[in-house]
Amino acid sequence: MTDMRTPLGKVRGLGSAKDGTSHFWRQRLTAVANVFLISFFVILVIALQGADYASFIEALQNPIISTLLLLVILVGCLHMKLGMQVIIEDYFHSEGLKLLLLMGNIFFASFIALASVVAVLKISFGG
Amino acid sequence: MAEFKLPQNSRMGEGKVWPKPEGATNTREYRIYRWSPDDGRNPRIDTYYVDADDCGPMVLDALIYIKDKVDPTLTFRRSCREGICGSCAMNIDGTNTLACTKGADECSHEIVKIYPLPHMPVVKDLVPDLTRFYAQHRSIEPWLKTTTPEPEKEWLQSYEDRQKLDGLYECILCACCSTSCPSYWWNGDRYLGPAVLLQAYRWLIDSRDEATGERLDNLEDPFRLYRCHTIMNCSQACPKGLNPAKAIAEIKKMMVERRV
Repeated sequence: MTDMRTPLGKVRGLGSAKDGTSHFWRQRLTAVANVFLISFFVILVIALQGADYASFIEALQNPIISTLLLLVILVGCLHMKLGMQVIIEDYFHSEGLKLLLLMGNIFFASFIALASVVAVLKISFGG
Repeated sequence: MAEFKLPQNSRMGEGKVWPKPEGATNTREYRIYRWSPDDGRNPRIDTYYVDADDCGPMVLDALIYIKDKVDPTLTFRRSCREGICGSCAMNIDGTNTLACTKGADECSHEIVKIYPLPHMPVVKDLVPDLTRFYAQHRSIEPWLKTTTPEPEKEWLQSYEDRQKLDGLYECILCACCSTSCPSYWWNGDRYLGPAVLLQAYRWLIDSRDEATGERLDNLEDPFRLYRCHTIMNCSQACPKGLNPAKAIAEIKKMMVERRV
């Protein structure tokens, strides 16, 4: 089918989504938070290197450590979801496949985040 | 998916090697992209030899030499030959630039390779189809928009406010930056690209304009603006030394500023 729309009509398309800044802002916000959170996580892993099971559990039952770990998980997974969304939008141009991948991305990030949260909570509440 | 291989009818073939100019002792080799919609052939690279002693110093001089003395079918756009019209934008020696301001001796390789601006439909040889690019420019409404009744004489602007337009108004819309941007290659149908966004910013910070919010509304879109991932090819390519990446970052700052 010959597309007889004008170039300006095509460029204007469906109009502006009036959104995008919230994604941009969240990605920067989580990136800044991750500078501290991932540093904390790396230090924690180094500190617990060679620790036995009991001392590991004891460390994770410390409310400050478990709170920070939960933040690492939630902020990290949100950042991961936002970043992967950009990659999918950049490189997948078939609308159907793009939609499926965007949904899968949300499901995957949510599952990883919640499973990790449950694991940390279970340990910190002594389950 | 992004395309990593050219379609069958776009793959490059062997071209013609044109004879060296007779009696020339100082020649430079040019390999130039050729494609014509009329002959049904795939694109190819033709090799030309230019007598450097009988030709001006710029790449555009060499192209004119070839068209005049070797192969009159070679097609390219040119007009002002002094970097102000933007017509002769093309990919020379691996970078998008203007043939008229690029010295042949500035090229980093002995053999100068010339292609049309990347990832645009080709009209013929080195002439790209910029229809969509111009429509995108039109879409940001690049003119002064006001509601206040027009003053008797002129819209006033302070010296400081006028200075904010420096580094923006000089853009000649040659499309070197937009066609060097991978995001524009993959999503040029929805992403406006660096040249158009630089122009959008030029009107966003014009103190005389009264449609700033409306302009920002028009740009607030995951594709129109936010496909820019600060790759910086645009600023590196710009033959006028402008910085479209910075202009885009300033638009993003304005977007955040109006909501926090």
